[in-house]
Amino acid sequence: MSYIPHTDAERQQMLAAIGVSTIEDLFEAVPSSHRFPALDLPAPMSEMDVIAELQALAEANDNAQDFAIFRGAGAYHHFIPSAVNHILLRGEFYTAYTPYQPELSQGTLQATFEYQSMMIALTGMDAANASHYDGATSLAEAVTVAVDVGRRKRTKVILSPAINPQYRAVVRTYHQGTNIKFVGDKGRADISDLVDMLDENTAMLAVSYPNFFGQIDDFKTLAEKVHEAGALLVFVANPMALGMFKSPGELGADIVVGEGQPMGIPLSYGGPYLGYFAVRTEYVRKIAGRIIGETVDMDGKRAYVMTLRPREQDIRREKASSNICTNQGLMALSASVYMSLMGKYGIRRVAELCFHKAHYAAKQIDALEGYTVDMSKPFFNEFVVKCPRPVSEINDHLYKHGILGGYDLGKDYSHLKDHMLICVTELNRRDEIDALVQALAE
Amino acid sequence: MGKWKTPADLKYAKSDEWVRIEGDTATIGISDYAQDALNDIVFVELPEVGAKVAKGETFGVVESVKAASDLNSPISGTVTSINSDLEDTPELINGDPYGKAWIIKVKISNASETDDLLDSAAYDTYCETR
Repeated sequence: MSYIPHTDAERQQMLAAIGVSTIEDLFEAVPSSHRFPALDLPAPMSEMDVIAELQALAEANDNAQDFAIFRGAGAYHHFIPSAVNHILLRGEFYTAYTPYQPELSQGTLQATFEYQSMMIALTGMDAANASHYDGATSLAEAVTVAVDVGRRKRTKVILSPAINPQYRAVVRTYHQGTNIKFVGDKGRADISDLVDMLDENTAMLAVSYPNFFGQIDDFKTLAEKVHEAGALLVFVANPMALGMFKSPGELGADIVVGEGQPMGIPLSYGGPYLGYFAVRTEYVRKIAGRIIGETVDMDGKRAYVMTLRPREQDIRREKASSNICTNQGLMALSASVYMSLMGKYGIRRVAELCFHKAHYAAKQIDALEGYTVDMSKPFFNEFVVKCPRPVSEINDHLYKHGILGGYDLGKDYSHLKDHMLICVTELNRRDEIDALVQALAE
Repeated sequence: MGKWKTPADLKYAKSDEWVRIEGDTATIGISDYAQDALNDIVFVELPEVGAKVAKGETFGVVESVKAASDLNSPISGTVTSINSDLEDTPELINGDPYGKAWIIKVKISNASETDDLLDSAAYDTYCETR
């Protein structure tokens, strides 16, 4: 059965309307030599040979398991209980596309519902959607919501320079061609400098929690000031940190977004990762994505349905404030299973282990000659180290010791040349930390 | 008298909004036909007081269990008042579309625009023939 609805007559009509006679005419602009070039492909290979070749290619990369990893900067190396992957790979869940028909997808819908509920508990918000691609796209969607809440008249978006640089780049790409102006993140603005930028044209102010440098900024009066200006306060938060720190909801956030990868998703170059997105009830109809809800069926039994989805996408088309509902269903399931297995106490324990191990490492490194750790603010599991040599040199040295060193901050922040962002998680054993300190001292 | 209520003192737009004209003020809501077609209304998005509306242009959204529809202004002017009760009790539109569920009040900027609107008999016929 063909799923293409157009008849030949309709195709002819469309071609006539744009003034060409065949579909091939549409490709005229591409030189014919490039349209169907001769592909100089090698001879076919057996499955055995293909696997051997791919294996050899894969082995050209280092394996994370062989290293002591002290790099975070947005992607975090946490322990993942084996059960997560087993549940993920069950045929009922592991499909090419997320099924949403309530009559036959109760398991998927329930898992998504549980995911949303746990994200709400962590962030202190009222509602969470079924996810986005990654933390960066979630932040970009928060901008869309904030600008729409400001009735598209408020066009200024204040971003803290201490938000992940990649997120800020994605947000700009996402909103290119609009009249939204992104300000605040080009220099070294701190929270009070950002507050000074608030005005009647500001749609939102976004901060990172912890910030990109692992630090916890002082948000005491922030929400009050942002709301006084009529803008929304957006938090980009590491969900693992929320296991032990006050929730963004308690700090007055209107929208909380971030990367869900720390919750049961392995480090992988290019993803898939998980963007979480949580809001206060009053903005729930402005958000992109889907929200799964719990209800009862005709027999009064518990059942799950899609409660909200971008209605505008279906009906309001170009007037819609959301244009995306594709999510990371399987990754959300991963986070859901991880959080269920760890429980409230387990997540708090992981967060505390990260915190204490990071502080142990920071203290040792700060004592080394030539190294200074920035202890000016409280920090979670990452901290900034001023180094006596270029970071790339140090990392080359650490690599020889089987250590993946910290993130080179000089690439993104000109005033932080020779500064390294070191991350410590529950997976870094004490002997690994001691080996790092030892290697740095050499 | 048709299947739907169409009070005689009101004017109607083909996009199913009603207008009550009192001096230079127009009170706007959606018709009985519209609320019936939409079914249970669950959400209304209102404009801000002071916003300018233009005839035929969207000033808000009404969402029901069946659909989300734009609210189109039957007349041009400036919003002087909004019915905030609808934010918490949007179902008022189903219960009392011509009374408690007025949506906005507008200071009319071009009175001649009202000439294009339908009277209740014409609107009644229009609804019956759809």
